[in-house]
Amino acid sequence: MADYVNLFITAAFVENLALAFFLGMCTFLAISKRVSTAIGLGIAVIAVQTITVPVNHLIYVCLLKEGALAWAGLPDVDLSFLGLVSYIGVIAALVQILEMTLDKYFPALYNALGIFLPLITVNCAILGGTLFMVERQYSLGESVVYGLGSGSGWAIALIALAGIREKMKYSDVPDGLQGLGITFIIVGLMSLGFMGFSGIRL
Amino acid sequence: MNGTKKILIDPLIDNNPVTLQVLGICSALAVTTSLLPALLMCLALTSVAALSSATISSIRHHIPNNIRIIVQMTIIASFVIVVDQLLRAYAFETSKQLSVFVGLIITNCIVLGRAEAFAMKNGVGASFLDGLGNGLGYSVILIAVATLRELFGAGTLLGYPILPLVSDGGWYEANGLMLLPPSAFFIIGLLIWGIRTWKRQQVEKPDYQIHEVHRTEVL
Repeated sequence: MADYVNLFITAAFVENLALAFFLGMCTFLAISKRVSTAIGLGIAVIAVQTITVPVNHLIYVCLLKEGALAWAGLPDVDLSFLGLVSYIGVIAALVQILEMTLDKYFPALYNALGIFLPLITVNCAILGGTLFMVERQYSLGESVVYGLGSGSGWAIALIALAGIREKMKYSDVPDGLQGLGITFIIVGLMSLGFMGFSGIRL
Repeated sequence: MNGTKKILIDPLIDNNPVTLQVLGICSALAVTTSLLPALLMCLALTSVAALSSATISSIRHHIPNNIRIIVQMTIIASFVIVVDQLLRAYAFETSKQLSVFVGLIITNCIVLGRAEAFAMKNGVGASFLDGLGNGLGYSVILIAVATLRELFGAGTLLGYPILPLVSDGGWYEANGLMLLPPSAFFIIGLLIWGIRTWKRQQVEKPDYQIHEVHRTEVL
């Protein structure tokens, strides 16, 4: 159990996808002007990440890994080079299914999150989470925790940045730094702050 | 001729994908701790951007509009797989350093953004040049950041010592911060400041205008 808690803390804070690995930066910078939209996108990312990482884990272990097709009588086949296409396909399909399910059964939630879901398909944080899961050889349980942790970390960083930027618009920034420039500097400072979490273990 | 040149040169500074359009920063910053992986990454991204733009443009009349994103993604992913396998075959050590970031070219907004915004509307040759130009624009920023980080963080360029380190009897004390993630953000922020001071028309309008009177009172 302690392993899982440690993995969660590492994924959410120490190895924060946005601030330590620069993943999902495009959406991170574009959708962080207001706290309310940031919370919506953050929740959507946590949900999609928690589902896609374990699903891609199953696909990797049961279909793509070397020797994974032994049950079909093909013990020598190694399909891992098809990984990238499969993962992005799974992500796109899952996002589409999630969108349709929300639309049908939870219209209120769909209205709040709907516009963010298509954006998530092309969010590098989602694909990045899957690729890290494959590279680090997580088990199924670990990949659920990793998906949840890395999604939460990304959401926390996004909401914090949105809070800072809401206050920032009242400050007198030099012309050339206005907008994108000063945002990068803020993200750099946040990244320094998150580095302070390194070494935390239970 | 003039138009062709414009498509190729424009994205370098005037319409740079990273500093102006805010695209493709995702995977860009993580590979810039030293110059060699950054160069390989530039090569990979530029070839994927140019080839996928040309391919998508050549079949643009046959792609049904409502599934175009999936079609574009599949084409891009196929090129990325080819590049990834080539890197593993011929530059195995560096491809280990790049780890997941070659795969992440698929979701790099530059590639998909150019496919969507340019290749779906223009001819094959122009799309190829547009992809090439945007790939080079990305490379300019990546190489600038990587040079600064490797030079000041480790005192080397491409692994050759340039600034002799104190630990080896030289005079330069390596700045460890340069090798950590935050410095990449600071360098990009400062680069944007520099470019926008040079090219005034790129300056963004503030959301909230500070009243002139208050501004002068403070001054």
